[in-house]
Amino acid sequence: MSWLMEVQWSPYAVGIGIGILSWFTWLISSKPIGCSTSFAKTAGLIEKLFRGNKVDDRPYYQEVKPGVDWQWVFVAGIIGGAAASSLLSGDFSWQWVPSVWEQNFGDNVLPRLATALAGGLLLGFGSRWAGGCTSGHGISGTMQLAVSGWISAICFFIGGIIMAQLLFTVIA
Amino acid sequence: MNIQATKKQLFWGLVFGIIFGFLLQKGGVTKYDVIIGQLLLTDFTVLKIMLSAVLTGMLGLHVMQRFGLIKLKPKAGSWGKNAIGGLIFGLGFALLGYCPGTIAGAMGNGYLDAIFAGLIGIIAGSGLFAVAYPLLKNRILTKGNYGNLTLPRLFKINEWLVILPVALIIFLILFMFERTGL
Repeated sequence: MSWLMEVQWSPYAVGIGIGILSWFTWLISSKPIGCSTSFAKTAGLIEKLFRGNKVDDRPYYQEVKPGVDWQWVFVAGIIGGAAASSLLSGDFSWQWVPSVWEQNFGDNVLPRLATALAGGLLLGFGSRWAGGCTSGHGISGTMQLAVSGWISAICFFIGGIIMAQLLFTVIA
Repeated sequence: MNIQATKKQLFWGLVFGIIFGFLLQKGGVTKYDVIIGQLLLTDFTVLKIMLSAVLTGMLGLHVMQRFGLIKLKPKAGSWGKNAIGGLIFGLGFALLGYCPGTIAGAMGNGYLDAIFAGLIGIIAGSGLFAVAYPLLKNRILTKGNYGNLTLPRLFKINEWLVILPVALIIFLILFMFERTGL
């Protein structure tokens, strides 16, 4: 079982594993692999803590009802799976600033957190605008040959490459 | 908590999520450095994983659908939705260095920028979209609508005449990555 303790597997083994996993999510749960809807459901649940059931009046939450469903526990499971993998290999570490960020922008925590927060805002907003994320559109949509999936996936990378270039070649 | 699924569904969701998280971590894509490396076009790990997952998944899913075991549900969309939303997503993707799936993996890996900034941002951004939705709904989100169109229906050809060339193209791209040492 030493393969379970390796820090990194071949990306092809991981990709084929994710592809096979998708067969089973469809066969057993009739669901595509996807993540971003759960963050919208969580946003609705949090808003409910403050505003109560009035939140259900928002047209968006009539389509995406706040609550815990298959995908929500799937996303929670990712946290556990990644923790298990990184603890088994010794790759787990509490880390504020990623090393590539540190090499370019220094080890100050605040700029990294501010950028991550801004990025998260755009990512959450954009994933709901597009109706999916790197997994729902980028993996599950493209493998179903959905036009929505291919267009979204291509635009994720176009936007990402533009911003990465801006950040690391213009600003850094 | 409003539970919207049966215990059995939740059980399988959790099991599949744990496996997915395990695979993402072993692939290295729970790390900012690997994702930003892909967007800077210096490290192709993300595309290698995605393309081999799409190749494997696409072949299996369409065979299973052919035998009536599953019914695929391609998402409806439009240019206004997928292209513009996709570009906004992309800008955030590069600033954060995680996506909605891999940020959950980054949290499991112990990355505190994911837990204390990225996660809060994604939830808040999703909530802001829910607030803005009535303004966007019947306007930009329906521009260039194509519904749940798939590539075989777009080209009006048998699905295997799309699946097999797409599989071949993905295989050739991955082969090229290896040959050029990317």
